[in-house]
Amino acid sequence: MPKLTMVQALNLALQQEMAADDRVVLLGEDVGVDGGVFRVTDGLYEAFGAERVLDTPLAESGIVGMSIGMAVYGLRPVCEMQFSGFSYQAFHQLENHAARMRWRSQGHFHVPMVLRAPYGGGVRALEHHSESREAYYAHTPGLKMVIPSGPRNARALLVAAIRDPDPVIFFESKALYRAYREEVPDKEEVLPIGTSQITREGSDLTIVTYGAMLRPVMAAAEELQQQTGAAAEVIDLQTIAPLDDTLFVASARRTGRAMIVHEAPRSFGPGAEVVTRLVEKAFYYLEAPIARVTGYDIVIPLFAREKSYLPNADRVLRAARRLIAA
Amino acid sequence: MPRTHIELDESIERLSILDAEGNVDKERDPDINRELLLKLYRAMVLGRRFDERLLALQRQGRIGTFPPISGQEAAHLGAVAVLQPEDWMVPAFRETAAEVWRGRSLESVILGNAGFNEAAALAPPGPNLPVAVPVGSQMLHAVGLGWAARYRGKDQVVLTFFGDGATSEGDFHEAMNFAGVYQAPVIFVCQNNQWAISIPRHAQTRSATIAQKALAYGMPGIQVDGNDVLAVYAAVAEAAARARAGNGPTLVECETYRMKMHTTADDPKRYRTDEEVEGWRRKDPILRFETYLKRRRLLTKAKIEAVDAEVREAIQTAVDAAETRMASLGDPIDMFDHAYAEMTPAIAAHREEFLAETAAAAEEGSDA
Ligand SMILES: Cc1ncc(C[n+]2csc(CCOP(=O)(O)OP(=O)(O)O)c2C)c(N)n1
Ligand SMILES: [Mg+2]
Repeated sequence: MPKLTMVQALNLALQQEMAADDRVVLLGEDVGVDGGVFRVTDGLYEAFGAERVLDTPLAESGIVGMSIGMAVYGLRPVCEMQFSGFSYQAFHQLENHAARMRWRSQGHFHVPMVLRAPYGGGVRALEHHSESREAYYAHTPGLKMVIPSGPRNARALLVAAIRDPDPVIFFESKALYRAYREEVPDKEEVLPIGTSQITREGSDLTIVTYGAMLRPVMAAAEELQQQTGAAAEVIDLQTIAPLDDTLFVASARRTGRAMIVHEAPRSFGPGAEVVTRLVEKAFYYLEAPIARVTGYDIVIPLFAREKSYLPNADRVLRAARRLIAA
Repeated sequence: MPRTHIELDESIERLSILDAEGNVDKERDPDINRELLLKLYRAMVLGRRFDERLLALQRQGRIGTFPPISGQEAAHLGAVAVLQPEDWMVPAFRETAAEVWRGRSLESVILGNAGFNEAAALAPPGPNLPVAVPVGSQMLHAVGLGWAARYRGKDQVVLTFFGDGATSEGDFHEAMNFAGVYQAPVIFVCQNNQWAISIPRHAQTRSATIAQKALAYGMPGIQVDGNDVLAVYAAVAEAAARARAGNGPTLVECETYRMKMHTTADDPKRYRTDEEVEGWRRKDPILRFETYLKRRRLLTKAKIEAVDAEVREAIQTAVDAAETRMASLGDPIDMFDHAYAEMTPAIAAHREEFLAETAAAAEEGSDA
């Protein structure tokens, strides 16, 4: 199996889906000739032409609004927001139309589109290039919100997103884009949207996370075991909405201790929903208050301080030790 | 029912005063006083040299990614030089020399590019908004500022910058429309540098010019040679006089060129040719202005060298000051400041949590 970076794995998904299905078209700022500012669409303009890879004018609302029209017509548009921080310019199209067309038309129309956007911090970028606002989209009925945690699941989830009959917001961690390579089979691989995964088994505490936070969480879990012998079970949500609570609820019932880790701000963040599900479904099994290790309730600072804002393995580890001791 | 031709008593002009060889149209020369001419020249040279220095700092990893301005000095300096100190400037992000003209220190620019929020605190308080990275989002603020100035009976004008790419955003059209409807005292200055990252100007809009978009919003539009500092100044001065007199907004399209990469994260070789870049190098805004000033005997070879040496020294001083300051800045606890007038209970709690984490991390020698 070839070892690919997340950028290459996403590119593979797009390339294979485009080859297999002529309904799949790409659109966005600089996705064509330039191959995307992160090169996720590299080579696709050359392979499929300007008809299927559209370098658009600079207007996010235009990109998303046009994608909705394409999708209603029966195509499978995959649009790119250059950074998730610029998806707000398209917010009204997502909230008012992408999310509601099926409901409004009582199933007559639907919007099988994907909106891809790099999200998250850790790459020394400018303002608006480092935030983690998946909660906005997860909070919107009608949208699905997917965040892969590595090259292999990124590829398989993107394929699923493209084939999904409903609009999918697909956030890609910039910090993971070229962080490491992973074996990604050339053969088709699809991971169903709306399913989480256990990435590490353990019986002493449950850590729920997703996206770029999976790596520090895994590192913390290893360290925790070394230091204390306690085994953390790690659950990668993969999809934020619709949230699959089966694995983490079952896990927390077993371990009695749970923690959620994300880089998004804490209040009203995805963790708040995870905690609520645990309270609703595992309350009597819990032996300690649920912990949240997250970004703080502030705008992520410019990059000189972003490391202090983002959760890291040590912070997760300390929280895990406190949880074990509680 | 007839089908008639609607006469629009509007047209747009293109203004050029100083050509690429430094020849001047004497009749149109805006008659800028000698002191201001030399101030402009120094500011342009400073802008160019500072850009080069920032690029070197970025390559050495001492600052982060930033948008170079080289080639666009005349477009934004010629425009901002028209403003009175009490007028407002609402920038996008590729007007560094204009920000410096308005009083932002080089040190502040370096700190900002090095990722320090404190950079903003170093900028002198004044009627200048901070850079706006989301493309096109700032123009409506200019309209609001202009409207508010009129509401308060002030004759301030507001100048806002944006790129050719920005004219595709809905916000651009809303700002133009609002300014037209309210006759707001706004000067819309488009730095049309021919590219929006990899998208050429002709792929951004089918309009033959950007200036003509003004007509649809009921305001005058003019295209100028944006590498001709005299033409930019003249067109913006006319627009400012119009706005100050209560006659509403103007769109000024400055045709210029981004000589370097979009930002340091970009590789322009992927989408444009060296020949194109070389073609524009011959239209350099600084060289032609230098020729003009030499012909007017305002500049000599010795004076040119002196200006160059002086700006290099100013830059070196700023780099040194910025590096010294960086060593004393960056206490992460400051990240909790300035979110609200009064810190919310949640932020206060998070701040306490961060302090506790920092203490725990220090004890065990790990990361907070
Ligand atoms: C709303 C928004 N979308 C996308 C971006 C990413 N981006 C930054 S600059 C840029 C191109 C801007 O082109 P133009 O307006 O011509 O200004 P220039 O960079 O040429 O000065 C893009 C797409 C952004 N900053 N904001
Ligand atoms: Mg441009």
